[in-house]
Amino acid sequence: MLASIGQFLLILSFTTALALTVLPMLGYARNNASLMQAGRPLAYLLFTLVLTTFVILVSLFVLQDFSVTYVWQHSSLALPLRYRITATWGAHEGSVLMWVTVQALWIAAVARFSQSLNLGQIARVLSVLGIIATGFLAFVLFASNPFEITNPAPLDGRDLNPLLQDFGMIIHPPLLYFGYVGLSVAFALAVAALIGGQIDEKWIRWSRRWTNLAWAFLTVGIILGSWWAYYELGWGGWWFWDPVENASFLPWLAGTALIHVQAVSERKNAFRGWTVLLAIIAFSLCVLGTFLVRSGSITSVHSFAADPFRGIFILALLALYAGGALTLYAFRVNQLRSRDTINLNSKETLLLANSLIFITATFTILLGTLFPMIFEAVGKKISVGPPYFGLMFFLLMIPMAVLMPLGVQLKWHRDKLSEAIKALSPHFVVAAVATAVSYWGFDGLNIRATAGVFGGFWIASTSLAQWITHAGQRNAGFVGMTVAHLGVAVFLFGMSMTEHKDTEKDVLMKPGQSIEVGGYDFTFQGVEDLQIENYRARQGTIEVARDGESVVVLHPQKRVYPKQQQPMTEADIYPGFTQDIYVSLGEQINDQGAWAVRIYLKPFIRWMWFGGLMMMAGAVIALFSRRSLRLEQQQTDQVMKERLGLS
Amino acid sequence: MKKILFAVIPLLVFFGLLLLLFINLSTHSEVLPSPLIGKPVPAFEHPTLYTGELKTQEDFLGQPWLLNVFGSWCPSCQVEHPLVTALANSGQIKVVGLNWKDEPQDAKAWLQRWGDPYHEILVDYEGDTAINLGVYGAPETFLIDANGVIVHKISGVLTPENIQEQIIPKIKEMQP
Repeated sequence: MLASIGQFLLILSFTTALALTVLPMLGYARNNASLMQAGRPLAYLLFTLVLTTFVILVSLFVLQDFSVTYVWQHSSLALPLRYRITATWGAHEGSVLMWVTVQALWIAAVARFSQSLNLGQIARVLSVLGIIATGFLAFVLFASNPFEITNPAPLDGRDLNPLLQDFGMIIHPPLLYFGYVGLSVAFALAVAALIGGQIDEKWIRWSRRWTNLAWAFLTVGIILGSWWAYYELGWGGWWFWDPVENASFLPWLAGTALIHVQAVSERKNAFRGWTVLLAIIAFSLCVLGTFLVRSGSITSVHSFAADPFRGIFILALLALYAGGALTLYAFRVNQLRSRDTINLNSKETLLLANSLIFITATFTILLGTLFPMIFEAVGKKISVGPPYFGLMFFLLMIPMAVLMPLGVQLKWHRDKLSEAIKALSPHFVVAAVATAVSYWGFDGLNIRATAGVFGGFWIASTSLAQWITHAGQRNAGFVGMTVAHLGVAVFLFGMSMTEHKDTEKDVLMKPGQSIEVGGYDFTFQGVEDLQIENYRARQGTIEVARDGESVVVLHPQKRVYPKQQQPMTEADIYPGFTQDIYVSLGEQINDQGAWAVRIYLKPFIRWMWFGGLMMMAGAVIALFSRRSLRLEQQQTDQVMKERLGLS
Repeated sequence: MKKILFAVIPLLVFFGLLLLLFINLSTHSEVLPSPLIGKPVPAFEHPTLYTGELKTQEDFLGQPWLLNVFGSWCPSCQVEHPLVTALANSGQIKVVGLNWKDEPQDAKAWLQRWGDPYHEILVDYEGDTAINLGVYGAPETFLIDANGVIVHKISGVLTPENIQEQIIPKIKEMQP
């Protein structure tokens, strides 16, 4: 019954999205105000319908209605309530419905917070967002319907994949979707601008804040994914360059390029075409990522069950969105002529360089991700792994780290390069000394770690100095930027230390046996069997002590969920400011209770995620820039005036 | 000219990408070739489930056989079990079970409940042979010829399709 209502609402949502696509655009074409005004109420209606549909699917899980195929496939009677709720987006069908729900929420938010745009503009933006929503709703309806019925209903379900029975997994996908879908706003604006054939500062300022918000979500989503992989997969790693991780990282890289170019194009009549193209690329990469994850094209631990029809469907959506936008771009880009000339020695040039570095990184990683496919097309199998990605990314981030302080230092419009370099040179010395001290303090670092640590100090030192010299001009935009850049420094330091100074030991331990790793004594006290909620666990006890004093007792587990065959390794971690102690169980070796135990010491790993959080915080702080709020309310183009007054 | 290039290049790159993705959809397969195919079965010595008599790979020389990795803890094994039974009963091939990381009493109860089609059941309690065979999840099935050489491998459940299209033709090939 409830499932039928959900099915019906889904059809109604699809029709509403179709109306949202057609009516405002028709109104724009015929210059009919009342049709254009239909956009906002339709956006609110769409959100209400889709949200209700989503809530119905959640309710089906909570009520354990096993007559619904999707419900019995991904939950069971024994599954605790919190995971029954999150199982809703634990597999393909529900996660696409969640995508659409988030999409509808963004559309409603755009409809609500777009007072600064005129009617023709908002009509086009909502209509383009309507096209995206229609496509994904069609995908839910025709290729991945979560409300399909199984008759007769099974008595019990198949249970949720144990990897997903976890807190990190509960919030990681929604945040990532907020980011992915958020980039569709910048995309919609770019396409709407191309349809109209013109784009002005006000539009870009408006879209910049949406892009910032989407980028912040994407950042925190990626961090959570990394954190989850670290504690849940039991390998102690935090990033694997897995195709699916790359799928979330690609839009982030393109988005990073986009927000930096927007900083220029919202002030000057420059880089207009480039801004539009980056917005199209960023969202297209989100859809491409969805394709890679859900079509079964790529072999990955993350991928959903393969289904060629779904693959074709998303490919068609990708062709429609990206192909359509890029065709429009090809026809219209030369109308978006950038009138202002750019001085070589200026912040603008450096921001352009930033976007080029990030877009190069995007395509380098895209190429590595697609390389196995290219080979497969000619009948060979290869895999591209961390050595390629790690090295390429490292090389590309060198110019990024070197140039970032320079970009902040140089003034808008025109500046003297030599003076900027002179102002920065003391920090070069500071960073070199700090790196040397670290090198000595941590008993030597390899080349990559040294470079990373140096980059961290270099960015930190210059950012702090620029913070001090900007007393009195610290608007939210500047604060946000400084926080985000300091986040990059913290990240670089944490990443370099974790990657290159960690200790990993795989040892065989008998009960009662002790082993010394990195100055800590680990004593293995054996393994006991436990029955918890819906799983059985074999839980080890390992006492950690330093100089005879107990530090912590860790309980890593090996879990078996009876319904699903795969055993789960649950690491136990003692987090610390400068170091994590990470213990996980391998296999039982013999009947005397000896186990393979993994002991990792991960220095400064928290710094990496904290750095990421700082980047996110920076993007959020920048939203409150009074400058952009003020400018948004003004109808006249204040910046243009300022600039004319200057010259 | 330059302007036209800047306008058209993104579109061309995109169509190239689209083409690649489209081709890949039809050519991609999840089949990972096993490095063991064409190699002899790794040496083993396991007790049988019921008698505890020790058997090695040499005891199976002389005629083709199918090694089916299973466990009572593995729901997918239950799914494929009717097909294993049908194949064994058809008399086309000798089917040997490798009971992987399982408690013997659980395995016996499981076989009592679902039926025991196996010609012989080897107990790989520690999982050594499974490691040597590169098993990464039950069920997996290996087709081995009369000389003890691995001819084919199916990762995951047996289905009517992969039996008809892969196993049966390979068995026919081996018959003189």
